[in-house]
Amino acid sequence: MSGTKNKDMIVFWALMAIGLVAPLVVYPVFLMKVLCFALFALAFNLLVGYVGLLSFGHAMFFGFAAYISGYTVKVMGWNPELGILAGTACAAVMGLVTGLLAIRRQGIYFAMVTLALSQMVFFFCVQAKFTGGEDGIQAIPRRPLFGVIDTTSDVSFYYVVLAIFAIGFLIIYRTIHSPFGQVMKAIRENEARAISLGYAVDAFKLIAFVLSASLAGLAGALKSLVFQLASLTDVTWQMSGEVVLMTLVGGMGTVFGPILGAGIIIAMQDKLASFGEWVLVIQGVIFVITVLLFRRGIVGEFIAFLNRFNPPVAHDAPAGAEARPAE
Amino acid sequence: MIFELLGVPPQALFGQLLLGLINGAFYALLSLGLAVIFGLMNVINFTHGAQYMMGAFASWMLLQYAGIPYWGALVLAPIIIGATGVIIERLMISRLYHLDHLYGLLLTFGLALIIEGLFRQQYGSSGLPYANPIPGGTNLGFMFLPWYRGWVVVFSLVVCLATWFMIEKTKLGSYLRAATERPDLVQAFGINVPRMITLTYGFGVALAALAGVLAAPIYSVNPIMGANLIIVVFAVVVIGGMGSIMGAIITGFALGIIEGLTKVFYPEASNTVIFVIMAIVLMIRPQGLFGTPK
Repeated sequence: MSGTKNKDMIVFWALMAIGLVAPLVVYPVFLMKVLCFALFALAFNLLVGYVGLLSFGHAMFFGFAAYISGYTVKVMGWNPELGILAGTACAAVMGLVTGLLAIRRQGIYFAMVTLALSQMVFFFCVQAKFTGGEDGIQAIPRRPLFGVIDTTSDVSFYYVVLAIFAIGFLIIYRTIHSPFGQVMKAIRENEARAISLGYAVDAFKLIAFVLSASLAGLAGALKSLVFQLASLTDVTWQMSGEVVLMTLVGGMGTVFGPILGAGIIIAMQDKLASFGEWVLVIQGVIFVITVLLFRRGIVGEFIAFLNRFNPPVAHDAPAGAEARPAE
Repeated sequence: MIFELLGVPPQALFGQLLLGLINGAFYALLSLGLAVIFGLMNVINFTHGAQYMMGAFASWMLLQYAGIPYWGALVLAPIIIGATGVIIERLMISRLYHLDHLYGLLLTFGLALIIEGLFRQQYGSSGLPYANPIPGGTNLGFMFLPWYRGWVVVFSLVVCLATWFMIEKTKLGSYLRAATERPDLVQAFGINVPRMITLTYGFGVALAALAGVLAAPIYSVNPIMGANLIIVVFAVVVIGGMGSIMGAIITGFALGIIEGLTKVFYPEASNTVIFVIMAIVLMIRPQGLFGTPK
């Protein structure tokens, strides 16, 4: 066990080291976008990859937190750290309410319920006054973080985003490898057995859901400050679909898959931005190809490839989605 | 008069009720198709909304390029779109049956993105007009009834009931229900279950396309017409539960009417009322109104 953990940490610090020098070669706004979506995808993966709950409505936490942090910072004049906190807290409360409803159904119904609830939030955002309707909340100011750290320059704000991303990653990583995380995986593998072992499965699911929602909210709150914009795009079902796609491509239930997936999809959108509706088509094609040909995602397939030469100890097997039996 | 007490002119009330019934007819046709597909294949067909849109486009194209009028499209469009469904099932969905059901959802979601993206690329998202095949209407005294809208309500009710009859009361339907319970045993009795699954998917898709043809003269033919509708239909399915065919029909019509009434009395909530009902049903009866607890 500790062997994998050490390897994971080596990869993580290597990524951080790359992250530190990356703004020298890559446009920092692009990097910040990737980091925000990577955090979003990591939060989503916590639920689908480790508890086996596919949420098709995570955009509601991401987008609504973006609105809250945008509103508190722009209209109420709060500092960015408080705005981010407010957005995250709001997403946590939403996660609690929607989680209580959604965990009453399993599997496919869970996906439909979360999708419907997020559509409800979408219509609320369309009608509510504070969201600015079609315009969204624009020109959100970048005030100094904690009153001292400058965020007006993209490069300095990038390091703030990188630090928050690292904290988010470590929270998720710690959760997965805690006793709590072990129970999550037990629920994923066999819910009935987890119940018979005496675990309050619903409570575990709810806590995981709230945690995932909060971190998705953190990502959304950050994103609104990075782009100085909170808009309806972030609460649409298309956004929920995008985070599913990122996680699927990178590898559901892998530690680093969502980061890679977010990088690939964001880079693709960036390159293809001028092709209009083709982006949608290409995303659909990637969905279909991934589901039909490499369900474990890029990182998942890579781990499976490595394990072919070096079979792991049974309990240390990678959480490949294919290990899940069809009901 | 009761209407004056409610402060709503009867024309508006009945007009919205009729529109609610029509939406309810679409909810019923679509959730029926979803329920039939889910029952046999355990796949939630996310492409359903896109297939509804394709039905509307098929009738528009048949008129535009082949000169086939509405009544021909009513028969041809469901067959054509149902056939594309059969191809999709054979080529892709059938490869996923041994896996977690979520992969079926993800695959059909991807297909929906492809189809909608292609249509938007080709036709934009402003919508194309489709002429009303039966213009005119009659004044019922308390409201004006356009012939076409009356036709949509009656015809979709007939289709729903015919589907119910076929599944619940005929021999073919009994095979279908048996295969839903125990596909392996039905196969052992010499019935070609994989072919039955393929045809069932085609049938569910055809129902969606039929709803699309019916919708074309009412709403304009639009590449995004299915995307938002399908999410509401998912909520309808959660409310009704997918266990019962009649349940899907009743829930569809009832929710359409409730939505129509909300438009009259509290328009701000008309977009969200179905989702609110879904939340309430989840609290009180999580398996759905017509579902059976697991």
